[in-house]
Amino acid sequence: MAQAQSEIRYLTPLSVDTKKKKYCRFKRSGIKYIDYKDPEFLKKFLNEQGKILPRRITGTSLKFQRRVAKAVKRARHLALLPFVTDLMK
Amino acid sequence: MNHYETVFILTPVLSDAQMKEAVEKFKGVLTDNGAAIVNEEAWGLRKLAYPIQKKTTGFYTLIEFDGEPTIVKQLETAFRRDEKVLRFLTFHLDKFAAEYAVKRRNLKKAAKEEKAAEATEVAEEAKTETND
Repeated sequence: MAQAQSEIRYLTPLSVDTKKKKYCRFKRSGIKYIDYKDPEFLKKFLNEQGKILPRRITGTSLKFQRRVAKAVKRARHLALLPFVTDLMK
Repeated sequence: MNHYETVFILTPVLSDAQMKEAVEKFKGVLTDNGAAIVNEEAWGLRKLAYPIQKKTTGFYTLIEFDGEPTIVKQLETAFRRDEKVLRFLTFHLDKFAAEYAVKRRNLKKAAKEEKAAEATEVAEEAKTETND
């Protein structure tokens, strides 16, 4: 019995969660200043309601997260980005 | 001397001439107080992401200028006094932002020149064609 149980075979090999390492895209590509005038770019850091995504999801470093936040807030003030919406993308 | 950038939104009810006049007025405020205008961009009529004073569109203008810190206050008072201005944002450019601004300016210039060159080329071609 014990042997039979150990011989369970799967048709497809079990996908072992290989964690892809997150990285800060600004550090990697050498962007130093985040422009508030480009709302299309800033949308990458927002969720569907227009909220700023946390660092743990985007992988941005703290330094650049602060700059992203500042750029997003400037864009919101100038009505380039909404403060709140539904289904932005 | 500091490097500043200001963006303001004018109401869409203005005619083209009125809009230009208002922009000139604010440029005048800057130059009268001893600021040097580095760059000026008119983004034209754009849709706002949310309504401001019940308007859904606005004329955007960007001005970059060099000046003393006191000038910002004067400029912002002028903005507040003017009913035509829906929104404004003025801030100091740090070294990275200044670098980016220079790059952006050069890109814009290059694009413009390319367009102009193309236009002249097309014009020349048309000329030769007519000569034939």
